[in-house]
Amino acid sequence: MDLELMINSFPKLLNATVVTLKLLSLSLFFGLFIGLLFAVMRMSTNLILNKFAYGYSYLFRGTPLLVQIFIIYFGFGQIEFIRESFLWIILKEPYWCAIIAFALNTGAYTSEILRSAFETIKKGYIEAGKSLGISSKIIFYKIQIPIAIRQSLPAYGNEIILMLKGTSLASTVTLMDLTGVAKYIISTTFKPIEVFIVAGSIYLFMTFLIHNFIKFLERKYNY
Amino acid sequence: MELLAFGKTGWGDELFYATLMTIAVSITAMLIGFLFALIFTPLKLSKYKSLNVIGNFYTTVIRGVPELLVIYLFFFGGSGAIMFVASMFGYYEYIEINAFITGSFAIGIISGAYSTEVFRGAIQSIDKGQFEASKVLGIKKHIQFYKIILPQMLRLAIPNLSNVWQITLKDTSLISVTGLVEIMRQSYIAAGSTRDPLFFYSFAAVLYLLLTFLSMKLINRLEIKYSRGF
Repeated sequence: MDLELMINSFPKLLNATVVTLKLLSLSLFFGLFIGLLFAVMRMSTNLILNKFAYGYSYLFRGTPLLVQIFIIYFGFGQIEFIRESFLWIILKEPYWCAIIAFALNTGAYTSEILRSAFETIKKGYIEAGKSLGISSKIIFYKIQIPIAIRQSLPAYGNEIILMLKGTSLASTVTLMDLTGVAKYIISTTFKPIEVFIVAGSIYLFMTFLIHNFIKFLERKYNY
Repeated sequence: MELLAFGKTGWGDELFYATLMTIAVSITAMLIGFLFALIFTPLKLSKYKSLNVIGNFYTTVIRGVPELLVIYLFFFGGSGAIMFVASMFGYYEYIEINAFITGSFAIGIISGAYSTEVFRGAIQSIDKGQFEASKVLGIKKHIQFYKIILPQMLRLAIPNLSNVWQITLKDTSLISVTGLVEIMRQSYIAAGSTRDPLFFYSFAAVLYLLLTFLSMKLINRLEIKYSRGF
């Protein structure tokens, strides 16, 4: 055990954790909107919208995240149309490519979580709202969404942790996130176990915090 | 389409073999995962606190740390660990382990953590009466497990194991960083030499979709078979 290396690499890895957290929070933020949009589409009676949303979630959940990042980062740069449009400003940056891939990926999983949460809402709640003369728009915002959020909390907590682990793939497109820096230190010092312990502990600590935060929310919104 | 031709002109045969490699790694990893689950599930269910701690440590650490980090640990640390063991037996030459073995071992350990949780959940959801009734009937411990607990457990575990299989299959794409030529690595090579990454990575996505689709079909059949009578 090389304790000195562990102590020296800790601040470097902590710095890289900031990148990981930025990636995580931005992709979760965009992913939530994408997820909500596709969950609503999945529940719509319009067959085209429904099938499109189904295909989207099937595609993103059936392929590895690594393929998705590579298609967006390496693949899209090849299309002339994209390179000449304003999109190129965003798509030439590995940072934004990673966030787009993560957001689309987590969006697919989130849409499934939200859909099943919406489906488990008892019909009685909606009927009660209707019989009280509440408009269906307000029923959706004030009754269905709050219940669905509460229902989906445990599953969404898991999704956040999966996404935290997913951000490690950003290191494959040259980003120096926690895993990227860990790999760099390992490949320069050839001390994999020490670096793994430090980087792994940081990841575990974040998982622990997320897990407890979700538990806290679950208790708070219990009914 | 000519990019996918078989033989020297295209990448068809290379990608075909790469797909077989992905399947081979996934199956090996899944089996290694079962071995780990076989060790750690009893630890997690044991009545001794210290054994529980070991079991929980394994599943918590592996499920809380990114797969890529675990793979790097094995990739960079694997041959070091083997050489350390070999040096105790007086062998000091450099040993390089095959990427297939490192890769399937790394993915296997990850897959094992998920399988352990699945088996633990399945055993715990079997009615206590089943254990008690078989005990009262004087059935031996190992027969109780094989003839009474296991069949019921499998039925409950199969849907969740199919999720583990999907995770394992998708995780094998990460082994490409160690240089093992599976779908992802082959697409990377092909994309590099033809300068057509969009086509090859999209094709890789199609191959993965095909694999997940076909394995789902197969698992659904198993599920029907094991839930007969329910």
